[in-house]
Amino acid sequence: MVATEPFVGRPVLRKEDPELITGEAQYVDNWTMPGMVWMALVRPPYVHATIDAIETAEAAAMPGVVGVFTAADLELGALPFVWPITEDIKVPVRYPLTGDKIRFAGDAVAVVVAERREQAIDAAELVSITATELPAVTDIEKAAADGAPLLHDELGTNVTVHWVHGGAGDQSVFETAPVIVTERYVQPRLIPNAIEPRGCLAYGVPAMNEWTLVSATQIPHIVKVTLSGVIGSEKNLRVIAPDVGGGFGSKLNVYAEEALALALAKRLGRPVKWIEERSENYVATTHGRGVLHDVTLAADEQGKLIGMKFVELADMGAYYQLLTPGIPELGGWVYMGPYDPQSYWYEFRGVVTNATPTDAYRGAGRPEATYVIERAMDVLARKVGKDPAEVRRINLHAPFLEATPFICGLSVDSGNFEPLLDKALELVGYEQLRKEQAARRDAGDVRQLGIGVTTYIEMCGLAPSNILGALRYAAGGWDGATIECLPSGEVILKTGTSPHGQGHDTAWSQIVADGLGVDPDKVTVLHGDTQVSPLGMDTYGSRSVSVGGVAILFAMEKIKEKARTIAAHELEVSEDDLAWADGAYRVSGAPDKARTIPEIAVSAWHAHALPDGVEPHLNATAVYDPKNFTWPAGAHVCVVEVDTETGAADIIQYIAVDDCGTVINPMIVEGQVHGGVAQGIAEALYEEAIYDEVGNLTTSSMSQYLIPSAVEIPHMTTDNSQETPSSTNPLGVKGIGEAGTIASPPTVINAVVDALSHLGVTEVGKPASPERVWRAIQEATTGSPGVSGGLGGATPAQQEGGTA
Amino acid sequence: MIPAPFDYARAGSVEEAVSLLGSDPDAKILAGGHSLLPAMRLRIARPSMLVDIGRIADLSYVRDDGERIAIGALSRHHDVGNAEALQELCPIVAHAAGQIGDPQVRHMGTIGGSVAHGDPAGDLPSVLLALDAEFVAQGPKGTRTVAATDFFTSLFETALAPDEVLTEIRVPKANGGWSFMKFQRRAQDWAVVGVSAVRANGGVHVGLTNMGLTPLRAAGVEEAVGGGADPASAAARADEGTAPPDDAFGSAEYRRHLVKVLVRRALEEALA
Repeated sequence: MVATEPFVGRPVLRKEDPELITGEAQYVDNWTMPGMVWMALVRPPYVHATIDAIETAEAAAMPGVVGVFTAADLELGALPFVWPITEDIKVPVRYPLTGDKIRFAGDAVAVVVAERREQAIDAAELVSITATELPAVTDIEKAAADGAPLLHDELGTNVTVHWVHGGAGDQSVFETAPVIVTERYVQPRLIPNAIEPRGCLAYGVPAMNEWTLVSATQIPHIVKVTLSGVIGSEKNLRVIAPDVGGGFGSKLNVYAEEALALALAKRLGRPVKWIEERSENYVATTHGRGVLHDVTLAADEQGKLIGMKFVELADMGAYYQLLTPGIPELGGWVYMGPYDPQSYWYEFRGVVTNATPTDAYRGAGRPEATYVIERAMDVLARKVGKDPAEVRRINLHAPFLEATPFICGLSVDSGNFEPLLDKALELVGYEQLRKEQAARRDAGDVRQLGIGVTTYIEMCGLAPSNILGALRYAAGGWDGATIECLPSGEVILKTGTSPHGQGHDTAWSQIVADGLGVDPDKVTVLHGDTQVSPLGMDTYGSRSVSVGGVAILFAMEKIKEKARTIAAHELEVSEDDLAWADGAYRVSGAPDKARTIPEIAVSAWHAHALPDGVEPHLNATAVYDPKNFTWPAGAHVCVVEVDTETGAADIIQYIAVDDCGTVINPMIVEGQVHGGVAQGIAEALYEEAIYDEVGNLTTSSMSQYLIPSAVEIPHMTTDNSQETPSSTNPLGVKGIGEAGTIASPPTVINAVVDALSHLGVTEVGKPASPERVWRAIQEATTGSPGVSGGLGGATPAQQEGGTA
Repeated sequence: MIPAPFDYARAGSVEEAVSLLGSDPDAKILAGGHSLLPAMRLRIARPSMLVDIGRIADLSYVRDDGERIAIGALSRHHDVGNAEALQELCPIVAHAAGQIGDPQVRHMGTIGGSVAHGDPAGDLPSVLLALDAEFVAQGPKGTRTVAATDFFTSLFETALAPDEVLTEIRVPKANGGWSFMKFQRRAQDWAVVGVSAVRANGGVHVGLTNMGLTPLRAAGVEEAVGGGADPASAAARADEGTAPPDDAFGSAEYRRHLVKVLVRRALEEALA
């Protein structure tokens, strides 16, 4: 009897990678069907206009065209919107094709179906739209102002929703506290840019009225429920998410094209396929962020927080997508950060604009919150004359291992924040860096050093269904797992999560391997098909391991309960004499008398001599609904070098210390942190969706929308060694998919501001492009943001006040 | 993603390419395709015919012609960057070619395409302008040589006639001091502003990238250096005569500032 090391906690190589890196993966664009036709959408040359006429005859006469359809031809129901966050929310109705009015550049007015893709695209160019153009508004403040052009006349306003957290504690502190920080922060829209654009294929057996939608989606189960109306019945719809090339929230949605492909497959009796072009993706797939915050921090003279107050305007875009107004609300529960103020206020107004609908984008509400908290914390530090790390330290909540109420009104599962900060500062060599920074300042170096420090908490593991219900979300937050132990010794796990890059095949196999005493290679994980694994709520919000992963644990408990009964019967002992040890049920005192799960699976399969009342076959299903969210936390430090002449900021060190509870696979966790931080660095320094005055997206391709490449992303030091177990679930897991994106944008921007603070710079907007940095320096040193000149380096003579 | 329909013809020789171009006024030459094809995929460019010159064998070379170095128009950026003759005798060209795009672009894109495209944001055109390069073009009436200063006429426009093929680029031997400063947001981006400085005839020639409708020479800077000005004061004139674009990569005002910083740094490096 050799004790085996658990697989959980080991950097097991990802099972899914060989296919992904050798071109064997099956994305929706790899699927083809006999008789398949292609769909192309007709996107309008306007962003705001009333439609007078749509002329389709010329397109319909083009070679290969099967049909051209407008809203009037299809008469489809409205697209799903599932999160009416307040009772009085105004909901703009959205149809798969717009028939009356164009409200943004992606608002398709017609769909062309042709035998070949290029024929559909060529014909779509020939659909002509006669429309009366209306003034467009893409700026949230302008859209919210009186007299702004109305997107939806029937709603009577562009401010369609107002959500108020309700506050906690004494609200007068925001006027009476000894130290008050008030800041306004703008966070531009971001374009998610999954490497695989969207795409879908709908096909069916018309005689049986059975339909299948293959879609590049994160949420096959939710798509199935919400689109069943298109074909008439949920039982007749199967949704498959094949290999999916990233989502970042942009595929956590139910889109017009999916509804159209299904409707047209049914109408034409032929398989219908659509693959999004990248330029379409930029206007027709959801965007993220697009928010403006007014922040008030109340503190004492030492910088100890008394109250935190946030008032937000959030850009909804032209319509709500699946969750749109729920995204800022999700952030509404983490505005206290890992701190412990006595007063709290958060509210937001959602504003419709002539721009692409916003929705979840990696972090979904929590990066927006963390950005403004952490930016304002640095302002507080400067105001009270303290080091930014010190101000955070004195405000961190005391450690706790059981669910503990926080000022936001929810209970946090567990947390031990200060050691994370200590670790991050130690890894970066904080004190030495501050000395080097001072030396460079004294020398008037052209390249100045800046250090940004963030401590954060986030809320993930979506979610307890009862809380989601209280928040007026239409669905639940549970997830399912079905385990079948086959007589061959293989184990099949059907999970309700729907990975699109996260590595669930590997991590879930590690959990099963430890629980059932089998090799991870013997475990096959099936997912992403509502027929194969019907019990699920899919993958988003860093929920998969803390909900779907925990469901596996409960399914394994059922398996083992049954296995124990069978083992006791075969070993002719009482169940109480058996103990699970080293991957088998063993007789107490005679551990060589044992039965493994694969052995019991054979017995359960041939069923020759099962105990009375035990059903054949070793299988079990569990559906798990968590009792609380999970709350990862951490401390990040970024060191930048800023060229004070050009404004270019280079990251020279990045430290990410994250506590995500129990780590299943440290290599996957590290990869998630790398990806998340890279995405956050992109947000901080590069990415920004820009609209011109008339509402056109000017950053309309990857040449203008700056996604950094590997060259621009620095080496990162990650540390996940502190594993404070979550009190929410027995695995102790918290989730790590979004932490990097949540923590890194303020860390980077604070570092940039810190590099220039001795020059009097107090604010640099996001993204901190070289020009923004240069303008901030100009404004601080000459009093004018646009005055050129001052080619020399920053000299001590130009310095003014400020520590840190 | 999918270009509008077009005809395709492969030219076996420069003469055949010239004749094909003469047959269709909306035809475009396809060489490396790294400027043309992205524009076609967005349907911004819709040529009726592509004349593919990519397999004309004798247009890819770098050789020392005594007075000058001759570079075949179909030479890929990768080959230009690694040509020993250039690395030794005109290193700024080899270096700049190695800074274009990314390795995939450099293995497909050609120096001729980069020049003939007439993109003021391209890396090589302003280097070649600073070097007083010569461009050899072949048309229905034979070949002619155009000086770099006469070649770039406007945005994406050059002195080439629609039925002319650029066949060769000739650069002087210039292995004195030089500097190439490319300020970009991401490694594979076009320069927000680029500066090339080359010592020549006792002075310095300075080329500017992305500071106007065409690649430009910083005449004021050259004059100032010729008159004995130090780099900082010469660089103060770097934006004279420029008309920089205003776009997502930077405002005109920022570019006017940036070009002064980069020219000063380039002069310091080239004159060191």
